[in-house]
Amino acid sequence: MPEEPGSAYDALTDHEDDARWAYGTGFTDPLAGVSSAVPGGADREALTTYCLMLGDDALIMSHRLQEWVTRAPEIEDELALANIALDLLGQARLLLGRAAEVEDAGRDEDSLAYGREAGEFRNVCLAEPADADFAHLMARLLAFATWRLALLDRLSASADPVLAAIAAKGVKEVTYHRDYAARWVVRLGDGTDLSHQRMQAAMTAVATQTGELFAVHPVEQAMAAAGFGVDPAQLRPEFATVWSQVLDAATLEAPADPAVGVGEGRDGRHTAALSGILDELQSVARSTPGGVW
Amino acid sequence: MTGAATVAARVQDPELPLLTLADLGILRGVEEHDGRVVVTITPTYSGCPALRTIRDDLGSALQTAGYRDVEVRVALTPAWTTDWITPAGRDKLAAAGISPPGPVPRRASGPVPLTLDPVRPEVRCPHCGHPDTEQLSPFGATACRSLHRCPACREPFEHVKEI
Repeated sequence: MPEEPGSAYDALTDHEDDARWAYGTGFTDPLAGVSSAVPGGADREALTTYCLMLGDDALIMSHRLQEWVTRAPEIEDELALANIALDLLGQARLLLGRAAEVEDAGRDEDSLAYGREAGEFRNVCLAEPADADFAHLMARLLAFATWRLALLDRLSASADPVLAAIAAKGVKEVTYHRDYAARWVVRLGDGTDLSHQRMQAAMTAVATQTGELFAVHPVEQAMAAAGFGVDPAQLRPEFATVWSQVLDAATLEAPADPAVGVGEGRDGRHTAALSGILDELQSVARSTPGGVW
Repeated sequence: MTGAATVAARVQDPELPLLTLADLGILRGVEEHDGRVVVTITPTYSGCPALRTIRDDLGSALQTAGYRDVEVRVALTPAWTTDWITPAGRDKLAAAGISPPGPVPRRASGPVPLTLDPVRPEVRCPHCGHPDTEQLSPFGATACRSLHRCPACREPFEHVKEI
């Protein structure tokens, strides 16, 4: 690089790569070097949608968790929530990247995350609400992580080797997420009268939102039958066992079992909260399409 | 080990620069054919933001060493485990005041068990050697570390958690 007098800042820009300015942000393709082959006989459209479902669950839940950073009760919890959000964001990137590969229509993880309208998102509605308080967040994280762990554990035997690998990695991460949420539920439930009362209210409220988790969407049914995906109805016994184990330890009363709902989020029908999340999540990408820095 | 493998093994991890990629166990393979080098790495966690930097560092280290044609591949499977951190890596962690991970517990068949009591694996204080320390949080400054405190010397420290 030419040395010119007066250009004291040249040394700082003597680098074609922006990685050191924005550590981690230049990482463009989480699946680079992973075989992009799609197993023969796969229904590509259904497999794409299935990857979007699991990726959107993680992306939207991650965004809600990120909102808690700077608002958590203790700095250790700021770190925990940020780490859990980062794990889920990583899973979302891998899954959206896989969806784009399988779809093979010129989209990528960014266009899928930033370019879709609310009605095109396939996440369960449980990922969406803004939490009324920390007890609600812990109840929701417990429900989400318990369900997702049971799902990913089974998905690690998927006939799609990429989904299987993403799931096997995710199992290790979500195990920590579930333990973290469960310990907080016990700490608050088995705590003071006030914390007990608020944790009970949160578990009761969140329990009503869990019916959708076990509804079987036609895409999930087809993917389970083909050996690529998991039938969510099969996850219910494991979920119920963990849920009651935590409730007992937390001295909380078991809320009524919700009826298995219809999978509204899986069909793109969402709560109003999702629009608010996407407004924020997509604002930069929409105001500066294709922008890089 | 071939020349390229030696060069790749010496590249530092950007988040724990006291360790090399080989120490951390994320360097899964280095193949050299007719001057072309293919390096395979695996991420520690799904959201690991260091992966791009690691790829760049590997590319530039190998190019500096004279290898013009370098490809870095990511392998997701088998998933990384702290059991792959080498004995040398564990010694370097301990010397830097970071408690190295214990063996990853073997999982029985069936559902992943819930752990309600904060586990007290034998995390020995890296400062004074006290055997029974307390976990403050299972999540630390990066995804792979937890926060602990020693009741004897009262120093806080980080532990690379088993995964």
